Order: sequence, then structure tokens, then C-alpha cells
Amino acid sequence: MGSYNLSHLEQLESEAIYIFREVAAQFEKPVILFSGGKDSITMVHLAQKAFWPAKIPFPLLHIDTGHNFPEAIEFRDNLAKKYNVKLDVGLVQDSIDRGTAKEEKGLNPSRNTLQSITLLEKLEEGKYDAAFGGGRRDEEKARAKERFFSHRDDFGQWDPKNQRSELWNLYNGMKAPGESFRIFPISNWTEMDVWQYIKKEKIELPSIYFSHERNVVNRNGVLIAESPYNTLLEGEKYEKQIIRYRTLGCMTITGAVNSDADTLDKIIEEVAAARQTERGNRADDKRSEAAMEDRKRQGYF
Amino acid sequence: MEEVKDINNTATAGYLDMDLLRFSTAGSVDDGKSTLIGRLMYDTKSIFQDQMDAMEESSRNRGDEHVNLALLTDGLKAEREQGITIDVAYRYFATPKRKFIIADTPGHIQYTRNMVTGASTANLAIILIDARKGVIEQTKRHSFIASLLQIKHIVVCINKMDLVDYSEEVFNQIQKDFLSFDAKLEIPDIRFIPISALNGDNVVDKSTNMDWYKGPSLLWTLENVQVASDRNFIDSRMPVQWVIRPQSDKYHDFRGYAGLISGGIFRKGEEVTVLPSGFTSKIKSISTMDGELKEAFPPMSVTIQLEDEIDISRGDMLAKPNNQPTVGQDIELMVCWLNINPLKLGGKYLIKHTTNEAKCIIKDVKYKVNVNTLEKNEEDKSISANDIGRITIKTARPLLYDSYRKNRNTGSLIIIDEFTHETVGAGMII
Repeated sequence: MGSYNLSHLEQLESEAIYIFREVAAQFEKPVILFSGGKDSITMVHLAQKAFWPAKIPFPLLHIDTGHNFPEAIEFRDNLAKKYNVKLDVGLVQDSIDRGTAKEEKGLNPSRNTLQSITLLEKLEEGKYDAAFGGGRRDEEKARAKERFFSHRDDFGQWDPKNQRSELWNLYNGMKAPGESFRIFPISNWTEMDVWQYIKKEKIELPSIYFSHERNVVNRNGVLIAESPYNTLLEGEKYEKQIIRYRTLGCMTITGAVNSDADTLDKIIEEVAAARQTERGNRADDKRSEAAMEDRKRQGYF
Repeated sequence: MEEVKDINNTATAGYLDMDLLRFSTAGSVDDGKSTLIGRLMYDTKSIFQDQMDAMEESSRNRGDEHVNLALLTDGLKAEREQGITIDVAYRYFATPKRKFIIADTPGHIQYTRNMVTGASTANLAIILIDARKGVIEQTKRHSFIASLLQIKHIVVCINKMDLVDYSEEVFNQIQKDFLSFDAKLEIPDIRFIPISALNGDNVVDKSTNMDWYKGPSLLWTLENVQVASDRNFIDSRMPVQWVIRPQSDKYHDFRGYAGLISGGIFRKGEEVTVLPSGFTSKIKSISTMDGELKEAFPPMSVTIQLEDEIDISRGDMLAKPNNQPTVGQDIELMVCWLNINPLKLGGKYLIKHTTNEAKCIIKDVKYKVNVNTLEKNEEDKSISANDIGRITIKTARPLLYDSYRKNRNTGSLIIIDEFTHETVGAGMII
């Protein structure tokens, strides 16, 4: 001791804990959006730290496209048990059955955009007035201007040009009935910060983040896993490859990377040397320059 | 220990010891700000190949001659269409010594509020001067905002030195001009660096084009400036955010006051005074999930248990018996107005201050500051969007505060419109 200085990870952790506590105090029914990915797993860990030794005072909400990696679903269920939190699941299939969402046409429909519909339905149904997301500002340029407390109108829409200024650590969560907030406690973290923090805190992750063998098909440079939700196009075939995932989304759009990184240290080395952002393998972001901004405006995470 | 050894074997040795520097930049389209940020990020390998590809493609589509690094920071559609930054963009890069958070803000006068927002969390501000133009109104405005927001370190980058033949005279003259008007501001640490963002002179490495300049490069400066001591370690303050009472047998008697340490140092066993009640108790424990701490200091988020059962709730504050914040309802502050609807003299608003909320009424506008000349205008007291002025307010109940100069956390507040719920003003208590 002697030097009163916090490392950058300690400062980021403290900031995230502060956000969790502010939300607990300012909102009536917050919920943690849990995607199953490393960022949302890290969020749950931070929430635990914010309220320890009490349990996390919010449920988890998972929007399930039905196209998930089975490993991720198993991990999700165990995690809810471990932290003793309620898990609420919103099925995209239910929205499709209800007729509020419509499956994309074509051979390999993505349910990614449909998630926003199910999410908004679940938020309304659960009367959730604040939803934590694991979004980070370094992920994508539309996210770089996102607030910690991000206001949504009563249609769940984001108005990027009309955001509230956020100064110091004073967060304004005031709203009219029907309006809600998305909350991003790890806004200021980078991919590297998250990995280093996972290592420092010994946070468990789903196995598919680590190198393993899997059947994949190379579609426009994106390695898509073999699954019941993927139909091979003409001329395509699956090949066994040594891969891992840098992000977790639907099996239909999340690309794998060739990697033999089977430990956290190796992953960290890989991240340090990487020349592609982690969303570089996401087919959903490649649709247009403003793809993320458009989805966010409509209510996406 | 094992963990530390392990990390040293990776490509990111020392990562766990890195510290954090938040800095703000302000500038307009043509002064090279985006180029500078782009260069810092590119040279520290913080721009990825796919981002570079995307930027190259967009630049080509727009018909730009060079890769337009502004496209990296201008994330919103409207910004790209109009070729301007309209909001604060946060950017990240890291070197083995430090992680950096850049609050990148537009420089035009109509975006003063964004500059204030970006500066509110910054430890350091970079002010860019075009070597051909010297100190202009915009320079003064940026410096004034940095000083108003109590940023302790300013790095004045005199850019485009390549366009003035790397002239030492030009650099010296600009430095002299800056210091002569800067005498009116209070900024303890000002440094001047001659750079060319486009060519990389003195950005990451020392330039060989300016042997007359004996100081370090910009990146070296950013890596080495000492900011930890800027925090207030004297006046102990912890606004209570949340009360933790576990509903479990094991922690049946646990009653913890959770909050962010906003000043000073709290130690186990020490006496604290709880405000506004004024009761005094001793710290029984400083608890975290990783174990108990002997002491807590800014900006840690902790949970404090006290020896005595006192009724404490959110909005209360822990301080020391011999060092307490001001308790009051008549408050004088500098305000930056953020909203298109002007400040209403006599109007009622809500304010958020630490973890407290209160209604307030605007009692008086003392003067408005001309942000370009720093002159006080006592005649025109209309405070509209992007204006900065000195006002007095009366709150419906007492606030526990310090002057902003003494403590950025307990001296700052935001003003909220009761009906639209928008954040309309940013206040710094005098």
C-alpha cells in the first residue's frame, strides 16, 4: 500500500458497480439482459459484487432465438442456479407463432433482427423499466456515442440525436410512464479489458470460447457452424476445423475463428495480436454501414 | 503471485498494473483533431483491420482523397452525412503503461455543451492549435471550459508544424500568446508540444524535424503525466447509494452502506459522522466480495458497516467529525445550459447532486460569460443552450456539498426539467 492508485481494471470495476447500484436505486424493476456471451457473464459477476453479500436484486432475461449453441444454453441455466437469480426467457418462436414477428424469407433466415421484437414484448410483459446490456463503446461506431443510461421512448426506440448529456457520475434515469432505459455498465471496457478481467476474477465461460474441433462451412469468409438451423448452399460443404468463438450469438450468423487458443492466456495473446475487431465476424453487422445504428434505433440491445 | 508470473509470459505483460487516463479533445473539422486521434489509435494498434477497411471504403465512396480518419469517430448516420461531429464520442486505446479513454468532442461554439460533458470526466485536456492560425477564439473557449471544469492538466498541441517549416519562432510566439491570455485561468499544469498529426512528428515518437524542441512526445506525455494525486485524499466523503441488507441466515446482521468514495480516505475503526443526522459512529468493516479492506479511497466502490445502528438511507453522506461538507439550500454555481429551452429565471427544476435529488428554484442570474473573450456580461442575463453563467438557486431541502474546486463529485450537480425529464443544465458549485 502507500500509493493510493487503482489500476484501470479496478477503476472500470468500480464504475460498473456504481452503475448497478444507481439503477437499483433509481428504477422499480430492472432486468439484466443475458445473452450467454462473455460480456453478459462479466456483467452478472459485477452485479454480484455490487450487492454482495446480498443476492443480485434483478432477474436475468434471455432472448432466445432458438438458434443458440447448446453449450451456451446449458451454461446459462447453470449460471442462474449458481447466482440464485430468476431466469426469464423470451422465445423468438413465440413471437413468430403469435404473428408479431415474421421469419425472414430465404434459405438461411437470421432471427437476429427479430430479437428486438421479442425483447420489447418481454420488457413490456415483465414491466421492466431498465434493462442492463453488455454493450461496449469500442465494439461498433454507433455504440461509441451510447450513454450509460440510454433513454428509450414508449416504443423502445433510441433517438441518437436527442440523447441526454451525461456529466460526471450523475445519471438521470427519470422517465414518463411507458418509457424505459437501457443501461450499459461496461460501456468503457474494451474487449481486452473484459478478457483480462475474466482472468483476474477467474470467471467461468462457456466452452465454445476455447479452441475445439467443429464442422464449419466457409460462407463469404465467415465460418458458420454445422447446425440444424443452417442449410448448405450449392457447392458448400462442412469441414472439420480447429476453431473458437470470439463472440456468442445465433449459430446461423456467428462466425468462428481458426484458433488453437485453449486457455485464457492464449486467448489474451490472440486478442492482443488480432487485426480484426471481434464483431468483424458478425454477418449481422456487415449488412450496411449503419446496420447497428438502425437496429439500435428500433430497440436492439 | 502465480497469477502475476503467468501474465508476464503473455503478450500483454504488465496489463494488470496499467492505470487509466481520461482525456478530452475538442476541435473542428479542419484543425487535424481526427487525424491526431486516428494517429494515436493507429500507431498504438488500436484500430483494427476491418475498421480500417470500412473507413477506406467509406472514404472512397465519399470521394475523399485520403482515408478520412474522422469516419472512425463520427459514428452516427447524421454525422457522416453532414461531415461533422455532433456528439461526444468515446474512444479507447492502450499502451503497456496506460489505458486511455478519449472523450472526443466537436469544437464549434454551438457544441459547448458537448465539450463540457466530455470535460466533466477528464483528467487532462488536449487543446489543438493550428500553427498557421495561432491562438484563436476557439482556443480560448476550449481553455476556458477546461479550467471551468477543473481539469488540472492541459497539453497544448501546436499542430501542422510541417506547414510552417517547423519554425521555433512560430511555436514560441503561440506559446507566449497562449500564456498571456491563460493568466486569467487557473490551470496548474500546461505543456506545449509542436506536432504534425499528419506526419506523426512528436505524436508517438520524437520528431527529427524539430531538434530545437527538447520536450517529450505527446504519447510519452500522456503515458507519464501524474493524475492520481489530483484526487482529493483529504476531505472524506461517501454519499450513500444503496443500503445492503441480505435476507440470508449467514448475513442476518449485515447492514452495509454502499457507495463510491468521493474524497478522502476511510479506515476501519475510524470515527465517521453521518449527515444530515449528525450522528457519529465507528467503521466496523469495509466489505467487498473479495474480502475486508483496511482502508478505502477514491474512486473505490465499497460497502461500509458501522458499529452503531443508525437510520441511514440513500442520499445521506458519510464524512469525518472534524471535516464535513457544507449543508445548505442557497447555492451559488456556474451553470452550462444544455437545452434548447432557455433557463427560466424564477423557474422550478429538479436537481441531482451526489445520490440526492431535490426541487429547486432559480433565484438569480448574476452574469453570463462570453466564452470567447471570457468577459462577464451583467446586462444580458438570458441563459440559452451552450451559454455559461453564474446563478443562484434555492433548493427545497438542504444539500450536502463542497465547492466544485475542492471536490468534483460533491461539488457538481445536474439540472433536470420536471416535465420533459431532460438534463438541461450542468452546475459547478462555487
